[in-house]
Amino acid sequence: MLHGIRAIAVDTSEKLLDSARVGILQAVRVAPVLSKSAPRLAPDETLARIIFTTRLEDLAGCDFIVESVTEDWFIKKPVYERLDRIAPAAVCFGANTSCISVTRIGGVTSRPDKVVGMHFMNPVHMVNTVEVIRGHHTSSETLAVANDLLAELDKEGIVVGDLPGFVSNRISHVFMNEAAFVFQDGLATAAQIDSIFKRCFSHKMGPLETADLIGLDTVMRSLDVLYDSFHDPKFRCCPLLRKMVEAGECGRKSGRGFYVYSNVGC
Amino acid sequence: MSTNDPSYTRDIIRNFINRSINIDRLRDDENLFESGIVNSLFAVQLTTFVERKFGVEIGMEDLDIENFKSVSATAEFVARKSALRAS
Repeated sequence: MLHGIRAIAVDTSEKLLDSARVGILQAVRVAPVLSKSAPRLAPDETLARIIFTTRLEDLAGCDFIVESVTEDWFIKKPVYERLDRIAPAAVCFGANTSCISVTRIGGVTSRPDKVVGMHFMNPVHMVNTVEVIRGHHTSSETLAVANDLLAELDKEGIVVGDLPGFVSNRISHVFMNEAAFVFQDGLATAAQIDSIFKRCFSHKMGPLETADLIGLDTVMRSLDVLYDSFHDPKFRCCPLLRKMVEAGECGRKSGRGFYVYSNVGC
Repeated sequence: MSTNDPSYTRDIIRNFINRSINIDRLRDDENLFESGIVNSLFAVQLTTFVERKFGVEIGMEDLDIENFKSVSATAEFVARKSALRAS
């Protein structure tokens, strides 16, 4: 929206689309607070640039499709099988996957050369670097198309190879998971763990507040994908993390995770 | 106490921010957006809080980083808007 690109947003229900509409309007409204270069758009200007629909078939006329469905293979797989039938053969798919291999995704389509990983980081309109993943069959032409799109968004890609978790999440999730183990073992409070990273390592955020921001359910699912992919015990999800998710304490979005957030729904 | 009292306004805003994000030893003049840990969700929460708590209307021209970059900047913004409303 902020770069004048028209888009179609697809989700599974009107309720989720309503929620997306509100979220997009709010994010666009406050964008100038976060970035001096962001345009000031009235709500009707924003809504004129985006169509909300529950029909995947409405994407048939798109030049590029970015998929960002739940990080669960049994949800992603049928979405790609349908997209492959709907989109013209020349259209590339950008998989905003956080752990699932781009090669595996490309393998369920008839166009594995046109599937590229595009791992956008939160908050997307403030982070100008994107982890771009080249699957086994991803072509140079597809990488060029993806990089051109990123340039339109004033972003730059770092192209990396393809194994589950890529570079970012394969490393960051081990950090977050081990931090949860340290917390579970009672070595330190959540604030102390995060402070070590911020004040000793000069990280902007500690691993537990990062996990809370991403969502503990998402972190847990990504760890499960890494564990299932590598069969390496270093990716075994911390039992406390799983218990918190089962208890509905998923971090910022649910008001409680490793920290309590009293402003949810304010 | 009212929005005419700058320290009262700053206290309320600081308490809100401390409940929202985990910043060690937040100073009133510390730039929240340079800290790198705030996101659009926080910006939405802060602007919504200011509108509801202090009864000020934030127009498109007010949505500027300078008005919300710190506890002090936000309190000054509330004071300016409240003075305009009262005049």
